[in-house]
Amino acid sequence: MLKIARHLTRRERVRVLFIFLLAVTQIRLDLMIPEYMRVITVTAQTPGSQLSEVITSGGIMLLSAALSLACVFTISFLASRTSAALAMRLREKVFSKVGDFSMEEFSRFSTSSLIARSTNDITQIQQFIMAALQMLLKIPILAIGGFVGIINTGIQWFVAALIAFVFVIIVVTCTMASVMPLFKKMQELVDRLNLTARERLAGRLVVRAYNAEAFHEQKFETANDGFTRVDRSTNRAMAIMSPVMSLGTNGVLIAVYVIGAFLINSAGQAEGLQVFSGMVVMTFYLGMLFNAVKFVTKVVPRIPRATVSAKRIIEVLETKPAVTYGMLGDVNTGVKGEVTFKNVSFRYPGAGADALGGVSFTAKPGETIAIIGSTGSGKSTLLNLVMRFFDATAGEVLVNGVNIKEYSQKTLNNKIGYVPQKSVLMKGTLFSNVAYGENERGYFSAADVENAVRIAQAEEFVGKLKEGLNAPVFQRGSNFSGGQKQRISIARALCREPEILIFDDSFSGLDYKTDRALRDALKTELSNTTKLIVSQRIAAAMDADAIIVLDDGSIVGMGCHSELLESCDVYRAIAKTQLSEEEMAS
Amino acid sequence: MSNKREQVESTIDSGGKRLQGASMGTNHFGNVAEDVENYGHTWRKLSAYCKPQMRVISVALVAIIFGNILNVLVPGRLRTLTDIIELGITGTTNLEAVITIAVTLGIMFGFIALLNFLQGFMMAGVTAKISEKLRTEISQKINRLPLKFFDTVSLGDVMSRVTNDVDTIGQTLNQNIGTLMSSSILFVGSLGLMIWSNWFMALIAVLASLIGFLSSKAVLSRSKKYFKTQQASLGAVGGHVEEIYSGYNIVRAYNGMKSASETFSELNGSWYRAAWKAQFVSGFITPLMSFSGILAYVAVCVVGAALVMRGQITFGVIVAFIFYVNQFTQGLTHITETFPGLQSTTAAGERVFALLDEEELADERGKEQKLGNIRGDVAFEHVNFGYDAHKAVIHDFSLKVKAGQKIAIVGATGAGKTTIVSLLMRFYELNSGEISIDGIPISRVTKEDVRNKFSMVLQDTWLFEGTVCENIIYNTEGVTAAHVTAVCKDIGLDGFICALPLGYDTLLNDDASLSEGQMQLITIARAMLKNAPMLILDEATSFVDTRTEALVQAAMEKLMHGRTSFVIAHRLSTIKNADLILVLSDGDVVECGTHAGLIEQNGFYAELYNNQFR
Repeated sequence: MLKIARHLTRRERVRVLFIFLLAVTQIRLDLMIPEYMRVITVTAQTPGSQLSEVITSGGIMLLSAALSLACVFTISFLASRTSAALAMRLREKVFSKVGDFSMEEFSRFSTSSLIARSTNDITQIQQFIMAALQMLLKIPILAIGGFVGIINTGIQWFVAALIAFVFVIIVVTCTMASVMPLFKKMQELVDRLNLTARERLAGRLVVRAYNAEAFHEQKFETANDGFTRVDRSTNRAMAIMSPVMSLGTNGVLIAVYVIGAFLINSAGQAEGLQVFSGMVVMTFYLGMLFNAVKFVTKVVPRIPRATVSAKRIIEVLETKPAVTYGMLGDVNTGVKGEVTFKNVSFRYPGAGADALGGVSFTAKPGETIAIIGSTGSGKSTLLNLVMRFFDATAGEVLVNGVNIKEYSQKTLNNKIGYVPQKSVLMKGTLFSNVAYGENERGYFSAADVENAVRIAQAEEFVGKLKEGLNAPVFQRGSNFSGGQKQRISIARALCREPEILIFDDSFSGLDYKTDRALRDALKTELSNTTKLIVSQRIAAAMDADAIIVLDDGSIVGMGCHSELLESCDVYRAIAKTQLSEEEMAS
Repeated sequence: MSNKREQVESTIDSGGKRLQGASMGTNHFGNVAEDVENYGHTWRKLSAYCKPQMRVISVALVAIIFGNILNVLVPGRLRTLTDIIELGITGTTNLEAVITIAVTLGIMFGFIALLNFLQGFMMAGVTAKISEKLRTEISQKINRLPLKFFDTVSLGDVMSRVTNDVDTIGQTLNQNIGTLMSSSILFVGSLGLMIWSNWFMALIAVLASLIGFLSSKAVLSRSKKYFKTQQASLGAVGGHVEEIYSGYNIVRAYNGMKSASETFSELNGSWYRAAWKAQFVSGFITPLMSFSGILAYVAVCVVGAALVMRGQITFGVIVAFIFYVNQFTQGLTHITETFPGLQSTTAAGERVFALLDEEELADERGKEQKLGNIRGDVAFEHVNFGYDAHKAVIHDFSLKVKAGQKIAIVGATGAGKTTIVSLLMRFYELNSGEISIDGIPISRVTKEDVRNKFSMVLQDTWLFEGTVCENIIYNTEGVTAAHVTAVCKDIGLDGFICALPLGYDTLLNDDASLSEGQMQLITIARAMLKNAPMLILDEATSFVDTRTEALVQAAMEKLMHGRTSFVIAHRLSTIKNADLILVLSDGDVVECGTHAGLIEQNGFYAELYNNQFR
């Protein structure tokens, strides 16, 4: 929490101080109200007093009430602005921090957790800061003010007040102590409830196909039952709090009166009057003290949740991205679009074995390199290293003869057009998706976009749409089929006119006809662009300049189709499952 | 006597103003019900849920009533006590009387605390029960809703109703119902007493409090607006964050972070502008109400004093009135303070009941016909279907399949392949036409019966949180561990599972890093284990590499032998040996026949097939 507070600006810190001063003023004003209330009551009760006296006192009382109201409003104004501004700044910082993350951090935190950290957790912090500024700050003022007042008024009552206060504190502490772990547990149970609900909703087809409705209903009921039990226990435990607090307040009130009665009885008249007024003042201070306790019970239950959120946010902010970029801009090294792997090895963080080991090859400008291999053989990993989603554990990756770590992020990305396995479309239009991001020219013209769409074989289906390229794309591109999304995603890469194109099994959603046409178009129209293609389909690899066969992270074969059929067992095995006898032979 | 206001406040405060649970935000004004009719509807529904709890609620209510009667009696006793002590200043104090009153008061306070605790304790139980029941009903409802329903809503939204909305209902009810009941009693009681003792002064007091009440109402409707904008802008920020984070590889690779940050700052800024106003305004109600309480007090004193001086009333009336006004305004304040909470109850309730009111699947308990031991003849007759009533996906589709045949369905994405098998499984109901198994229309038997006859592997792999073994067995009965291992060995999954930390007992959850291919193999094992008379494979091996696929293929062939099976596949090599290949385009069968026949036809299929080798 303190670390979060460090993100307050100097101006906001001054504001917090100002809130504190306002709170002191407000509490002082509030103390005046009962005083005048007493004066009015006495005046009204005293025969022969003037109406003007009542009006004057009433006026002063209303004035202090109005001033106190103004203080509350100002505090509320400052507190809401400060807490919202802090939340806005934290969210901004988290977002831009995440923007520096590599895939390593993404897989460590998980995407959904990062989303929660940027939204829910920040909201938690905002609400806690708001409550803290409005209530937490007042607690010491009330407590210290109350105790000082009591001691000044008369030590006789101090003991009674202390006993009642200690009693309340003990009950509150015990309740809090027993409820705190429950609150934490509650969070886990909410997650559990979410999980059981989410899994059956996501798998609803399978659930119904297997007639497993009852199975999941029961699983949910178990979670529901656990949650309800803890929920009920916390609420019941909390139910004791406010009755005990008022019992304490009222009990000490009686004690004050009784003690007062005895003191007055044994005192003289002058002294008695003093004791009586002291007794009355006493009750105000007690009120302050118990208000402090009330605020404690309102703020404290929020602390565990806010602390957890604060920790989660700080964790993001303090993470150092595993991948950092160099300063090198675009330099002319004489080659354009060359990719070289020099003895590259890679191990995923926390994994027991290398995902890639000792990989070396060169893709010359304009060449098409196909990478083939079974699931988990390291094909995508290899491409991820070129993209710097991860960094090689050993060896180096060069583009145009320069280690990719030396390029600035922008420069490296400008050289590459990347098409992922799972197509990602952004909310907007088809046009905005194809013209996404920026390259060295900064923007894309309508002609660029149309050309990219044509090469990506998307022209046909785009032409059928009423709005054409201006057709809206919903979040995640949910209004387009897998094959359509894939073609738009390919067009997006082409639009950048990169030196190197990277396809990570990006043709899987296309039927064979479209797949073929696309590969032909790439070959004829982008003959100067280097292409790295990962594929499951051997047909996609067959006409590449070179095929790299990966098995278990190592290159087990490299060459053209016919060479590999001769020399590489793994390749032959793959080919066998996909090609007919004649084709194997030819 | 000057302490009365403070004291009254603290006793009333115990009347049910509860701590906010840690899981609650400060505010829940969002999505406030605009519609009065909906308002009534939601509360009628909610009160139906309270009915079974009526006994407990009545006991709580009795506790509240008695607690408040005691509350009303306390000020009088305290006044007497003060008077006695005050007398002691000039003369002697009647200590005996002091102690008697003190003891009486002590007992009264004790009872008030006890009754309040009792009330709080019972209401906590009641609200927990209500929320539990709501969650259970939603959970059961999910199973009774047609699958069509889930195609149109976001799952996150359904989930949020199960957890957030029900939670909001529970929390806000728990915090506010007790307060509302006891404050109302106090409010009505003190109003009655005021009118009874002097209607004119009562009028003054009510008018003065009305100022506070009306301004709070104005504030409330203002804050409603701000909270709506705040929730909406928070939603926008969340949506943007989700889009950027989930497409992060693209954002990163395309230098998209700069424009993403710009959009983000814009959204974040408009969130800020709405958020601080919402927070600011929502803090107004309590201070406004307490100010109007003081105003009412002063008004009563001034008018009262004037009346006394004119000799129209006695001092006693003013003194009594001061207490009444305090109780009256306190009651009103607490009632006003419950409004925002109850508004959120309504909003959340509306969402929950909207889901519970959704149209359900037809009740099939009356269907007595059974499929029994089937041969596996399947017939589609003039089947028409559309996910959307006016947009047909399948038009007049007819097909006769003999028992034991292997049917392959091919075609481009969106051609309707998955739809055909979904209809066979009765995931959706036909618009017209009929599907029958062994001559029995599947609409005449229960869905469970139909689904029991198929082993199905879907395109999207789905595992639930549980061990590997549980995931493979799933809902199939009478399976031994040996069965599971045998099936896994058949499809080459055994080796991988044994390499997992706990083998077949390894828990599969979000952290378990299985590849799509491995997950797919588990779902295949699940289907093979079910061992139903018919088989549906929808792109079952799309994520599996070709070598493993061959292994799976062999196991499948063994499984398919003698069973009617429907296979959807991109890789045409896997379906070459099918008895019948259907080529779909836009929901119509454009070609059908065997592999050899179709190649000979040299049409759409032949083109597809040849393309894959070029």
